Amino acid sequence: MFESHILSFAIWVPILAGILVLFTGGDQHAGKARWLALIGSILAFAVTVPLYTGFDFADGGFQFQEGFQWIPAFNINYHLGVDGIAVPLILLTSFTTIIVVIAGWEVIEKRVAQYNAAFLIMSGLMIGVFSSLDAILYYVFWEAMLIPMFLVIGIWGGPNRVYATIKFFLYTLLGSLLMLVAFIYLYHQTNSFEIVDYYRMPIALDVQILIFLAFFMAFAVKIPMWPVHTWLPDAHVEAPTGGSVVLAAIALKLGGYSFLRFAMPIAPDAAHYLTGFMVTLSLIAIVYIALVALVQQDMKKLIAYSSISHMGFVTLGFFLFNPLGMEGAVVQMISHGFISTAMFLCVGVLYDRMHSRQIADYGGVANTMPTFAAFAVLFGMANAGLPGTSGFVGEFMVILASLQVNFWYAFLAATTLIFGAAYTLWMVKRVFFGEIANAHVAELKDLNRREFLILGVLAVLVIGFGVYPQPITEMTHASVSQLLSHLAQSKLPAL
Amino acid sequence: MSMQTIYLLIPLLPLFAAAVVGLFGSRLPRASAHWLTIAGVAASFGLSVYVFMDVLQGYEFNGPVYTWLTSGGHSFEVGFLIDRLTAIMMLVVTFVSLMVHIYTVGYMAEDPGYSRFFSYISLFTFSMLMLVMANNFMQLFFGWEAVGLVSYLLIGFWYKRPTAIYANLKAFLVNRVGDFGFLLGIGMVLYYLGSLDYAAVFSVAPQFADAKVEIIPGQPWSLMTVTCILLFIGAMGKSAQVPLHVWLPDSMEGPTPISALIHAATMVTAGIFMVTRMSPLFELSETALSFVLVIGAITALFMGFLGIIQNDIKRVVAYSTLSQLGYMTVALGVSAYSVAMFHLMTHAFFKALLFLGAGSVIMGMHHDQDIRNMGGLRKYMPITWITSLIGSLALIGTPLFSGFYSKDSIIEAVKFSSIAGSGFAYFAVLAGVFVTAFYSFRMYFLVFHGKERWMEAAHHDHDDHAHDDHHGLGPHDKPHESPWVVTLPLVLLAIPSLAIGYVAIEPLLFGGFFGDAIKIDQTAHPAMHELAQHFHGALAMATHALTTPPFLLAAAGVALSWFFYMKRPDIPAAIKARCNGLYQLLENKYGFDDFNEKVFAGGSRLLGGVLWRTSDVKWIDGFVVNGTARLIGRISAVVRHLQSGLIYHYAFSMIIGAFLLLSFVLFRLL
Repeated sequence: MFESHILSFAIWVPILAGILVLFTGGDQHAGKARWLALIGSILAFAVTVPLYTGFDFADGGFQFQEGFQWIPAFNINYHLGVDGIAVPLILLTSFTTIIVVIAGWEVIEKRVAQYNAAFLIMSGLMIGVFSSLDAILYYVFWEAMLIPMFLVIGIWGGPNRVYATIKFFLYTLLGSLLMLVAFIYLYHQTNSFEIVDYYRMPIALDVQILIFLAFFMAFAVKIPMWPVHTWLPDAHVEAPTGGSVVLAAIALKLGGYSFLRFAMPIAPDAAHYLTGFMVTLSLIAIVYIALVALVQQDMKKLIAYSSISHMGFVTLGFFLFNPLGMEGAVVQMISHGFISTAMFLCVGVLYDRMHSRQIADYGGVANTMPTFAAFAVLFGMANAGLPGTSGFVGEFMVILASLQVNFWYAFLAATTLIFGAAYTLWMVKRVFFGEIANAHVAELKDLNRREFLILGVLAVLVIGFGVYPQPITEMTHASVSQLLSHLAQSKLPAL
Repeated sequence: MSMQTIYLLIPLLPLFAAAVVGLFGSRLPRASAHWLTIAGVAASFGLSVYVFMDVLQGYEFNGPVYTWLTSGGHSFEVGFLIDRLTAIMMLVVTFVSLMVHIYTVGYMAEDPGYSRFFSYISLFTFSMLMLVMANNFMQLFFGWEAVGLVSYLLIGFWYKRPTAIYANLKAFLVNRVGDFGFLLGIGMVLYYLGSLDYAAVFSVAPQFADAKVEIIPGQPWSLMTVTCILLFIGAMGKSAQVPLHVWLPDSMEGPTPISALIHAATMVTAGIFMVTRMSPLFELSETALSFVLVIGAITALFMGFLGIIQNDIKRVVAYSTLSQLGYMTVALGVSAYSVAMFHLMTHAFFKALLFLGAGSVIMGMHHDQDIRNMGGLRKYMPITWITSLIGSLALIGTPLFSGFYSKDSIIEAVKFSSIAGSGFAYFAVLAGVFVTAFYSFRMYFLVFHGKERWMEAAHHDHDDHAHDDHHGLGPHDKPHESPWVVTLPLVLLAIPSLAIGYVAIEPLLFGGFFGDAIKIDQTAHPAMHELAQHFHGALAMATHALTTPPFLLAAAGVALSWFFYMKRPDIPAAIKARCNGLYQLLENKYGFDDFNEKVFAGGSRLLGGVLWRTSDVKWIDGFVVNGTARLIGRISAVVRHLQSGLIYHYAFSMIIGAFLLLSFVLFRLL
């Protein structure tokens, strides 16, 4: 039973656990809710582990497939399956959920059950996005995932949360609607919602371009790419720490992943046709957004902009159409998952103590929180792409790959070496180094055990994948080469 | 134990010690921090000696340790290349590191960050070893950036000091500018030469000697020139060549032991080592070599000038390091790679000695670093005095001292070179000899000879510095010699500073020591060959030198500094007053810092601010996003009026609608 339905378990275990957590009731049972959520998230992670251990590395197609007819009238199926690109992202999702539950342990005091339930349910929905092979099923997961995120920011968020949630919701919803139109068009052509059927279908170039752009609207908002990125800094600033973590670590990757699953293979000729456009937007993200990050006064905004800049490497890597770039982009997604999680947790550690995210309110934190400062410098270095941390691997691969396409792509992308270090380390300097800036900083207490544990685990992962990234790329080889050979074939209908 | 295990242990032992001390140092007894790390580095040094002996027997090694990553048909590996070039670097790195470890026991004795410091310098030793032992570009870049990280951590070791944390950020960012070029160079190597493995790259490189690339469409440039210059930009950052030198003087904010280890002896020479390692590539591009030569010559001369006006003892030595790195780069430019390595080695010894000597002086002076407040210290610090004198004599190239052999060989090699820019370089390195002698002995005389000025300094400085931790000597204090853990390394470094040149010049430069590790195009770049022709033994070289311009210039420099600072101190003061413009130019370090601060740092912040406030906030958010919301609001405000609630409005629109529909259908039918 389990063997043949691993993906269903991966999706529904966290969702059911979340519902169960809801039943613990009000905050008088907060302790129970926390423990139940923790057990649920660990269990949910455990059921995703067989996806790695049982994965056939030589097979570039979809594995662990399962399914049944869902709405036969429209030929909609509950069809799941994953390839080497989806599996690392699923593992990242289920892992991050544990971190989020622990990170909110003492910090969230109101509506504890609902808070934890929202993250567990969201985790299941996002895994659903990564493993759906049916367009409607995918669309349902994709949109459903917005609801818990909307609630997380709207209920546990900061003072300006209403503006931020509405902006977040409308931005992403509007983008997604065009994707639905594209699905309906494709359904009319094939009478199927099977994604794989769309891969095979020949489409004329002008139609491909329209389809590609419809997908682009949905995914570019999610990643987010310049110029549809402005919802992200606002959402991050207002979101509670856990919300920021999930947003940065996973939600952004839904967009990146979907480019590989839909936009590019369904409309490969359009993808080639629009390469210049996509690369330009990616490079703008890398350079322009890095400069914007440099002048941010709010730590969370700074990291949010830094995320956008790092995601620029993901889209750049995709549209180089070579294996080094594409695998580099996948590695970058995973690595950014760890590093942005760690960075947002670090801000959370400070915010919980000082209730401020303004860089100017800090200074000399290393004096009172030496252990924390060591972690912050490590993650700051990882954010700046230092070799030996996972942050280096993806950027290195994408920069080398982009040079094979055009020297100037690499030139612009490599500026991240300078600007990435500048905005990250300048922040580290202003927050952590120097004399103790004020009485509040003087009273800071260093990390407690819980904080030490989660930052420690992330540190091990960041260094581990920096020193030995092979496990990630090994997993993606077959799928990436299959995807690239698919992209190399024109889908224009024969005349 | 197999040789592979030994190769692995050499970097891993310091790493292990660094990790243990770094993670658990606060819980272990204080002394365990230095015992563990010293044991690690000492073992590493011992094994390096063993490997060196082994390599001398002709055993070399080139092989992978593990596969870091495979992607797109490329395999990126962590692996070791142990040849003579590597072996000599391992020896230098572990020896100097060991000396610095021992010295630190005394120098940092009272510092609260004691175990943290040991952890960092052991981590540095690991990183530097990985850099020099690499057999591929990827690992080279790894080590390259890792030493940069440790340098960042150590410059900012005293993280409370605003100047220290400014300096470490600056150092990291300037190095990143270099790494930016370096990474692009590595990208060029991978794309055009098809691999990142040294052996593979060097073996195919000659086929690409005439290859062209069009980085700017319609402008065919030599592939090798572009690649080598990009790689060299990395070296310019790490080895502090103009204009990427600006970080090194500021790096003196770090504790003195690391100034000796990282910012004089080892890390800053990584660029020199790298270009030497890449000699099979650089030999293919005359233009790149000329570029290297000119940059090196500018650094050698103009950074020397700055040493003359510094009053901070460490900064004098720092500018001297910049200038000497320029000499090494000049040697690279004229294809005298082995000479560059030779100067790298002798410089590592005597410059580490000078820095550690300066540190000992600073300790004796109770953390006063201003040479104007010193004087006559030879009486109080005899060991520091003698060893510093040896270091200074080696630095200025006194015959028979180690620095003489390496520096004279560089000057000779430039003389024999005919590459573009060699005329200017020859002038620069010659003039540099005079400048070096002048600033070195200015410092030497001011510190160790003459009047004991700390008495007066203590009186009038005391109030100004009352807020500072570092008082300098009180009115009744006397300088004192440092403990044995400090003086022992001085003595042990003084020995090679004195003797290594005499011993090593013949085998290293003319005995084909480096074998295949260094490739030189003999016909195009005959400097090394000429040099060998004119060499008749180390002793003859020293005696012959007594009549040559370099020696006379050095002697003149020493004499002039003695005259200026011992005999007639009013003259330099008068010159300073008279030539104020020139003095200001030097005082501002030719304006590099101001320019960078205003144009690059300020410009980036300004641009970032404009992009953010104008483009992001005003246009995208203000106009498009919120504008859309407002527009919808306005439209709704208008459209709202349609829903008036009056039946006859609705009835009227129904009739109009029906009429339009009908006429449309009828029209279609017709």
